[in-house]
Amino acid sequence: MQGMGKQSHEPAIGLAPFAAAFPENTFPTGAIHEFISYEAANAAATTGFMAAIISKLIKQGGLSLWITGVRKNFAPGLKHFGLEPDRIVFINTSRPKEALWIIEEALKCEALTAVIGEIKELSFTDSRRLQLAVENSGVTGFIHRYCPRTENAVACTTRWKITPLPSLITDNLPGVGQSSWDVQLLKVRNGRPNAWQISWSGKNFVPLADNHFVIPVLNERHTG
Amino acid sequence: MPRYASIAFPFLLTEYAARKQPELCGKAFVMASRQRGRMVIDAVSMQAAKKGIANGMVLADCKAVFPELGMMETEPGRTEKILQALAEWSIMYTPYAAVDLPDGLLLDISGCAHLWGGEEAYLEHITAKLNSYGYTIQAAIADTIASAWAVARFAEPMTIVKQGKQRDALQSLPPAALRLEATILARLKKLGMRQIGNFINMPSSALRRRFGKELPKRIAQALGTDVEWIVPVQPVEPYQERLSGMEPIASAIGITIALQQLLEMICARLQTEGLGLRNAVFRCYRVDGIVQQLDIGTGHPSRNTTHLFKLFEHKIATLEPALGFEVFVLEAPKVEPVTDEQAAIWNAATQNDKKVAELLDRVTAKIGPGAVSRYLPAEHHWPERSIKQAVPLWEKPVTEWRKDLPRPIHLLPVPETIEVSAVLPDYPPMLFRHKGTRYSVAKADGPERIEQEWWLSYGLYRDYYVVEDDKGARYWLFRSGPYDGDYPKWFLHGFFA
Repeated sequence: MQGMGKQSHEPAIGLAPFAAAFPENTFPTGAIHEFISYEAANAAATTGFMAAIISKLIKQGGLSLWITGVRKNFAPGLKHFGLEPDRIVFINTSRPKEALWIIEEALKCEALTAVIGEIKELSFTDSRRLQLAVENSGVTGFIHRYCPRTENAVACTTRWKITPLPSLITDNLPGVGQSSWDVQLLKVRNGRPNAWQISWSGKNFVPLADNHFVIPVLNERHTG
Repeated sequence: MPRYASIAFPFLLTEYAARKQPELCGKAFVMASRQRGRMVIDAVSMQAAKKGIANGMVLADCKAVFPELGMMETEPGRTEKILQALAEWSIMYTPYAAVDLPDGLLLDISGCAHLWGGEEAYLEHITAKLNSYGYTIQAAIADTIASAWAVARFAEPMTIVKQGKQRDALQSLPPAALRLEATILARLKKLGMRQIGNFINMPSSALRRRFGKELPKRIAQALGTDVEWIVPVQPVEPYQERLSGMEPIASAIGITIALQQLLEMICARLQTEGLGLRNAVFRCYRVDGIVQQLDIGTGHPSRNTTHLFKLFEHKIATLEPALGFEVFVLEAPKVEPVTDEQAAIWNAATQNDKKVAELLDRVTAKIGPGAVSRYLPAEHHWPERSIKQAVPLWEKPVTEWRKDLPRPIHLLPVPETIEVSAVLPDYPPMLFRHKGTRYSVAKADGPERIEQEWWLSYGLYRDYYVVEDDKGARYWLFRSGPYDGDYPKWFLHGFFA
């Protein structure tokens, strides 16, 4: 299918909740996903969601590249979302032009599973360049735009917005529940935009409705 | 033809002292040290020397004649230090600069003098420089170390002995100019040999019979028939390794082994110096005198043997060993400093990592080192210290990532202050205000107390709370220190997904 890139991988099992929105009922890999967030808390939620998605795509020992503008990602926090923090290489650059160049070069490198790029603005032309890069390499790109000036049209396959949702806790017990998100798939090429309320159990995406079957992983604490 | 310059400092110690204490300039003073219960003069100033005071005299005798004579205690080892410093300074004139104890410097100036417009100008330049520092010097240039030494100390000042003329130059000098032992000098004097010319043309066997083997050796050194080396203060090492075979090597396997050994040798050296080579030349000296060579170049400074060998590998077939090569030489004419990230590239575990490493190499080349980082768990509880940079980039983690404690996905580099109201002390906050926005806390978890690691830093402990506001956004807050009547400070430190 045009623009969907190399669909070399078998559909990722863990992404089944989202599959129905996409053509051929498979989460598009070898494509660019665009995420937009505006607040610090939303940015964190978006990062968590992206990390969870990548953990489902990545194979054992797979490498990913994370291009950042500000050093705020905290590697131990990624572990909860199923990523091996030491299998991620962070590249920090404050210049957007350099960041775009690195993202494009990284997307051309077949050896990577995923490339996460944190940039503010992405023009249509730049997004087409990135799209062309992934169509040849099959790398999945995640572009996280934090506080962009406009939500301009880009050549990415999808556009997502993630906002946190209050976590559900059974029986009114104290404490904070699992990460829950309102996932909005605003645009998807050849698919149906959709929205989900979903939470992350520490291993899998769980629709928020049947959340109470899952024991939160965070509470498995070791003492001493 | 090598050329050597010898520089003698007749008043080294006293001039150094005058340099440090300008009021001593132009004064007659000596440096003396205690020997066998009396003060013996070690060094004299020029003014003192004019009054006839020489090294080795007893201070008391000199004081009796010149009561105004100044005296300073000699500092042991000072001469060596000054000469070492001067030798390092003179590297700007030649890479081969050496200390010539007890009182001078020795420079191998082969191929250097023309840069200053000839040997006269070269010597004048050095003299003028040293004079401006306050040192009186006697310098000379000759073909051999020994003749330069002799001419500098015993001939006219600033003598330049023309190429091959050292025999003529030495003729009229006293035998002491040959650096001989006192016993030999005494015997020569007894025999009436007051000039080198008296005996320089005698057969060496005759001289050896009468004076031992030292005299003919010194003469040979002065004339250049015997070799003499200088040991430069800083070794001048081109990046070159040499391997000679026991027998001529004609097989490709033999050449491969030789090349690998040479690469290992040169890379080990580059490793210690933090360098990588940008191009390399592999020379093979054939038995019949023909030299064949292979050249390679690398895009980035590299000192990885496997990588470099791969570059050479397909070229080995172009060599024509015929009867065999007897000597192999590997040179690295161009070397550059290499950062650790680059060094690790070819040790990467898998093919995939190698491609990524190449990508990162390009990124590093583009945006400079320090931008690429990979994090490993560190065994610290304090959040800021719980991760460390992987150095080199592909360093393996030595401990597990901890999963048992909640850690935010975004951590603020510096915790930001917030205003908080809590129901009770030690309870999680009810609401907090950050940058003018009010957040009301709906759910909270904690506290998780993290103590200061006293062996690293002092300060208050932190009580961390995971809180969720009414919209579902999750924050990592902490209270710094205890409640003790005073209002403790609260901070926002991170965001959970």
